[in-house]
Amino acid sequence: MKILVPVKRVVDYNVKVRVAADGSGVETQGLKMSLNPFDEIAVEEAIRLREKGVATEVVVVTIGVQAAQDILRTSMAMGADRAILVKTDDTLEPRAVANALKAIVEREQPGLVCMGKQAIDDDMNATGQILAAKLGWPQGTFASAVTVADGRIEVAREIDGGTEIVSLALPAVVTADLRLNEPRYASLPNIMKARKKPLEMLEAADLGVDLASRLTIVSVAEPAERKEGIKLGSAAELVEKLKTEAKVI
Amino acid sequence: MTQIEREEMEFDVVVVGGGPAGLSAAIRLRQIAPDASVCLIEKGSEIGAHIVSGAVIEPRSLEELLPDWRSLGAPLNTEVTEERMLFLTEKRAIQIPYLDRVMPHMANHGNYVVSLGEVCRWLGEQAEALGVEIYPGFAGAELFIENNRVAGVITGDMGIERDGTHGPNFTPGMILRAKQTILTEGARGSLSAHAMKRFGLRKGVDTQTYGLGIKEVWEIPKEKHRPGLVQHSFGWPLDDHTYGGAWLYHFGENLVSYGFVTGLDYSNTYLSPFEEMQRTKLHPAFREHFEGGKRLIYGARALSEGGLQSIPRLTFPGGVLAGDSAGFLNVPKIKGTHTAMKSGMLAAEAVAEALQTERTEASSLTERVRNSWLWSELRDVRNIRPAFAKWGMKAGALYAGIDSMILRGRAPWTLHHPHADNETLRPAALCEQIDYPKPDNVLTFDRVSSVFLSATNHEENQPVHLKLRNESLWRTVNHDVFDAPESRYCPAGVYEQEKSADNGWSLRINAQNCVHCKTCDIKDPTQNIEWCTPEGSGGPNYPVGM
Repeated sequence: MKILVPVKRVVDYNVKVRVAADGSGVETQGLKMSLNPFDEIAVEEAIRLREKGVATEVVVVTIGVQAAQDILRTSMAMGADRAILVKTDDTLEPRAVANALKAIVEREQPGLVCMGKQAIDDDMNATGQILAAKLGWPQGTFASAVTVADGRIEVAREIDGGTEIVSLALPAVVTADLRLNEPRYASLPNIMKARKKPLEMLEAADLGVDLASRLTIVSVAEPAERKEGIKLGSAAELVEKLKTEAKVI
Repeated sequence: MTQIEREEMEFDVVVVGGGPAGLSAAIRLRQIAPDASVCLIEKGSEIGAHIVSGAVIEPRSLEELLPDWRSLGAPLNTEVTEERMLFLTEKRAIQIPYLDRVMPHMANHGNYVVSLGEVCRWLGEQAEALGVEIYPGFAGAELFIENNRVAGVITGDMGIERDGTHGPNFTPGMILRAKQTILTEGARGSLSAHAMKRFGLRKGVDTQTYGLGIKEVWEIPKEKHRPGLVQHSFGWPLDDHTYGGAWLYHFGENLVSYGFVTGLDYSNTYLSPFEEMQRTKLHPAFREHFEGGKRLIYGARALSEGGLQSIPRLTFPGGVLAGDSAGFLNVPKIKGTHTAMKSGMLAAEAVAEALQTERTEASSLTERVRNSWLWSELRDVRNIRPAFAKWGMKAGALYAGIDSMILRGRAPWTLHHPHADNETLRPAALCEQIDYPKPDNVLTFDRVSSVFLSATNHEENQPVHLKLRNESLWRTVNHDVFDAPESRYCPAGVYEQEKSADNGWSLRINAQNCVHCKTCDIKDPTQNIEWCTPEGSGGPNYPVGM
């Protein structure tokens, strides 16, 4: 079985972003970019399935700018076998990404699509679901554990207050949650080897799918700054403040 | 512990550190020895992630290294248009007249205000285009020594748990074998220190002295922005016996680079370089630049201030030192990028010759350096920094003027650095406490909110990379005699003294805050703090603009 892992290049989770002066989005120029952490978990899971002998090949794909090759190399340094870069300079919304991924799925014919549940930049949590719907495949989202056997995949889903186990017929789409695994380090020898692994480049426009945007970002604003706290002397003082200042009791 | 199996890879040259010196060395090597395989490792998560500098740079070395730098898109976009040197009193600023004659080394005509992090990222691209293999996120943890020579480096192990055991993701470091290893780690590099000790490279030279630079990048209202304005100050808030001063540069798109360097030979244990930097922003000569602006980035780094007298032997069997690892910063000029680059280029030329002639030591480096403008430039200013240490700021400035205008750097004497920076602190009982203003959270800030803007991160389960060699020594010396100076000199709030269970005092080390400035390694009175290289990728993540 082949596993396709769609990945996204996002502003590194350590970086503090700031909103552009005109409120159109966040400033990303010159910031450190990395593999979306949830996608990293998906890559790790796919590699583990291959190491268990369940899968035979792990292919990573991203849709983005030329520089997005770096996250494909990182994925291959972790252990993915080959990579595809679908080049576009536009920022695509989940529906368009799903359309592009559907075209890649039709080309690659994977038995499983394993991807992060969401990207940490726009937190949309939509692409996996849209892709499953467009493919007509079953979906197991927010996965915290997966087991593949007899043409089916069992997915433990993180839901409010517990875990839900679903069993899906393959091929299927699975989206990874935080607790699915702890990704390995890309070791230096493997990073060196990954430079020689195949990376195919395609133009997004050549896929012949609808990449048009339908969403409009009205404005982006920073969250209100938290007011400085004060230390109170007694519980009575707290009650007083809650009554007179916060007016919550 | 059992012997760890390590993978090996062989290169002609391994460069440790992706700053201006290391990148220039790598580029020069591939230019003159295109067949040589060159690998460069950098502990930051990407090239530029650990770079902190003012920076006004002199393009001289860049011109020599990549004469087409303009058409190659080098990010030198803000030419210096206006400059001033101010002597500050608490309320006033006196501008030094005829700056280009009194302090000719300070003249910045033809220089550029840059983000050195951005310049390094660009140099990294140039190096990769020339075939240098660059691996960010990997720290050089140890020198790889074989047959009494350096034969490469060992990168750090990853995935070690807090207690030192190997976690589930343990990934052993790799041996990067090299015929020649170029150490360009910046000031107080740990492998450089090891090489200097092992091969006795500091024999017969002055001790290295340091400064601590603490920097902020601000975005200010467009109408206030004067691209190319360069302002330096000395005097207030430091006393006459403490070397240091502030810089303020307008550059880029409404950006201001502001920072403060404190000579780490300061003696008052109550001095806090961080708070000196913060309060200088409140001076009328600085304040107006920040009002209405927003602070974007924060960072800190120690720099070498010893100059010519403190430069060690540069070569050893199997490798060389270059850049601030060796101490090529020109202090009076307040510049180290062009000298770091030049020393890297010369190192590359000597290393290429050693490769060709199959010699283990690139000994020609010493002569190459002595015959270059680099040496005469540093020779001419060699007495200025020690003069400030010897006679104080005002008399030192006077000496600097005489040295530059009349002696023109050719004084028949050389002033020395009599003390290492860890020897200069006076006991707390003899020091005056300094009353620093509380942060107003508009122009001045505390350490915690500052470190947040350095985007510093360390993998949390790793062993603490800052350790006390001897805990009781901290109590009897640092606490009892000096009143915990590390809690003040650390610009990242790593060190806090706290009451321990037995009601005595102990030191809390918040190593995950560390911005890798190396000040504690330099200034601790008994050199009791051990700075180990943490897991690669850890530390600050300075963005472009820094």
